[in-house]
Amino acid sequence: MSNKPFVNIRHAAKSYGSLEVLHDINLQVDKTQIVAIIGPSGSGKSTLLRAINDLDPLTSGEVWLEDMQINKKLPPRQYEKHINQVRQNIGMVFQHFNLFPHLTVRGNITLAPKMLKGMSESEANELAEDQLDRVGLLDRIDYYPSQLSGGQKQRVAIARALAMKPKVMLFDEATSALDPELVEEVNLVMKQLAEEQMTMIIVTHEMGFAQDVCDRVLFMDQGYVVEEAAPEVLFRNPTQERTQNFLRKHLQGQN
Amino acid sequence: MGLDFSVVPAFYDRLLLGALWTIAITLSAAVLSFFGGILFAVIALYAPAIIRLPFKAFAWLFMGTPLLLQLFLIYFGLIEIGVDLPAFVAGVIGLGLHYAVYNSDIIQAGILAVDKGQYEGARTLGLSQFQTIRKIVIPQAVRAVIPPIGNNMIALLKDSALVSVIGVTELTLTSQLAISKTFRPFEFYIAAAVCYYVINLGLEAVLRRIEHKIQEAR
Repeated sequence: MSNKPFVNIRHAAKSYGSLEVLHDINLQVDKTQIVAIIGPSGSGKSTLLRAINDLDPLTSGEVWLEDMQINKKLPPRQYEKHINQVRQNIGMVFQHFNLFPHLTVRGNITLAPKMLKGMSESEANELAEDQLDRVGLLDRIDYYPSQLSGGQKQRVAIARALAMKPKVMLFDEATSALDPELVEEVNLVMKQLAEEQMTMIIVTHEMGFAQDVCDRVLFMDQGYVVEEAAPEVLFRNPTQERTQNFLRKHLQGQN
Repeated sequence: MGLDFSVVPAFYDRLLLGALWTIAITLSAAVLSFFGGILFAVIALYAPAIIRLPFKAFAWLFMGTPLLLQLFLIYFGLIEIGVDLPAFVAGVIGLGLHYAVYNSDIIQAGILAVDKGQYEGARTLGLSQFQTIRKIVIPQAVRAVIPPIGNNMIALLKDSALVSVIGVTELTLTSQLAISKTFRPFEFYIAAAVCYYVINLGLEAVLRRIEHKIQEAR
């Protein structure tokens, strides 16, 4: 394997008018690595994650996936084509699932493969069944999202993203909207993905999960990466005062 | 002279035919107004200003002038510039476009009410803006606004009586023709009113079924 980072964010900055929400952020993620981004709300962690697939475009800086620059400067029409292509390689899972309520679970999963990869109905169905099996929800294939629990919805959303065979998965607080007893089933699916060597970038409030699963943890505050280290280092011996304060508050809050 | 409904049955077949024309023109115009409404809503929300602004002016013309006048313009007016439409077609176009403008307003509200996350969910899978609007946004927006659109369709059925003035022998014109033969206006207008009412009951039942069906998929 080459030493080139798989996902490479270089000098990422973003501002809304005079409000700077990301300051010169650099992040390299290797293939099969799992990186967690933690930090207080408003720290810019979601904005950074959403910049990776250009859902929230950067003001300046570059985002690369392997040898392809994601946020290339192109004329609007060409850019639209380019980014739609790029996004097929980047799975994203949202806090509020964003399942399509007018489609069944099957419809949710098969829509993009049919439309974008020219799959036939039967190929797409087979794919949907495989992916649902992976997240343990094959028996819910003909349900509508409204008939599922929050945890099940999120597992379907993960299956939907996986059906596009992404190279990297982004998780934007995937368990924050779930009732506590439903968090574990989603975490288990994510752990399983980790074992299957999926490259993942995870914005999370769950320090326990970050500690268990991730290779590296970034602590962000006010648009800066304050500290970046292996989880056992960052959680046990954070060097920065801001990290220490955040972790102290967070752990108190959890007890 | 008292009411005498015994004259009505003799015109039973003609009234039935008139009712069928009313149903035909209503359904045709309803389909046009539904898909036209979606198209107009998409133009109003997504088209560049050079298309959007003239379109809005056009839409306002349809809203701000009487439907009766629009029917006259389409049927009699267009002949002057060489467009000679059959009365039925002119009626469908007039009714359909008029209600398309009303439906468009409702559908626009529906589109704007679709959660932004739906759009993001689709775009992150790699769908284009157009694909997202077509497959994700419009289906949800339309499902959400079926009840008010249904109300429009009931109003459309009643307004279909206006096409009698351009010579479509639907229910209203048929009853007028019957009156001119029998001099029994009260009986035949009531008979026509009953027919409209019954058709509307049917329409409402259909709309309720549609609403019920989409409830589970929301």
